[in-house]
Amino acid sequence: MGSNRKVPQMNTSSTADIAFLLLCYFLMTTTMGTQTGLSRRLPPMPDKNQKTEDQKVNRRNIIVVKINSADRILAGTEPIDVSQLKDKIKEFITNPQNREDLPEKEITEIEGFGKYPVSKGVISLQNDRGTSYKAYIAVQNELVKAVNEIRDEFSRAQFGKTYNALDEEQQGIVRKAIPQNISEAEPKDVGKRR
Amino acid sequence: MARFGSNNHKEVPAVTSSSLSDIVFMLLFFFMVTTQMRETENKVMVTIPEASEVVKLERKDLASYINIGTPTRQYQAQYGTEARIQLNDSFKSIDDIRDFIAAERDSRSEGDRQLMQTVIRADQDVRMGIITDVKQELRRCSALKIMYSSRKATK
Repeated sequence: MGSNRKVPQMNTSSTADIAFLLLCYFLMTTTMGTQTGLSRRLPPMPDKNQKTEDQKVNRRNIIVVKINSADRILAGTEPIDVSQLKDKIKEFITNPQNREDLPEKEITEIEGFGKYPVSKGVISLQNDRGTSYKAYIAVQNELVKAVNEIRDEFSRAQFGKTYNALDEEQQGIVRKAIPQNISEAEPKDVGKRR
Repeated sequence: MARFGSNNHKEVPAVTSSSLSDIVFMLLFFFMVTTQMRETENKVMVTIPEASEVVKLERKDLASYINIGTPTRQYQAQYGTEARIQLNDSFKSIDDIRDFIAAERDSRSEGDRQLMQTVIRADQDVRMGIITDVKQELRRCSALKIMYSSRKATK
């Protein structure tokens, strides 16, 4: 044959095209959007044999947040706007003046930290069947925000950092000191609107 | 520049495009690893509500999704405009959630079952009645870890 023994170089310009095609395919068929949301733990279904007596919580330790079918909010005994709910909850949990009608605190030994008066406050959230999901999430969000802000204040006072900047162990301490007690009560029908 | 003066070629050498494919492949692998196959087609219209205190879903592979919303236009003739539940790829009723959760549990490994989470993707205009029903059913199936899907609020 010819004197040129060299193998001709392979034309690789089309490999890029093939790879691009594959890339486009994956871009179209997959999703990347990270799912975000409000994480919650539902209470287990009550046992039929179990009496509800042990569920009883001291009246001052509980705040009932109700949302009716017109998305109006009632916190404790007074109607309130969503924007004020956070401060109300914060006051309820921290109870800065140790008032009689706000939750009591129990001195608890927290491992790795020491004694801290942990609030026994429980937020009970009740909604109507006619409540819109948007309002419900808005209220849930405010409740979480209130707890998160208290946690942040606590971490800043104790560790000099925000809650998110703490390490795992310290976060555990903060979580124990300020628990997020949000209970979603058994559903009740309040209003008529569907 | 005497050193380089020896080659008198006037031609500009062709740019080798062989590395281009490597770059694209790298991109391709990046997307393959970070993304996840879209498994279901949305049959209900869902506009997720906004919230500021959202957390990320930790294990995407352990989440099962319950979509709640009004059917999209092409299904409205068949299913009406009331809010419906979509599990996997079809419209279902509250009673089907039990089977759905059981099936989801079976498809995960033994150790992961504790960590399973149910993501409720509901439209913001849905009434709470249907969501309460779903929640009660989930409690009955003892699928207690739930997440209300919501977007990070844009300020």
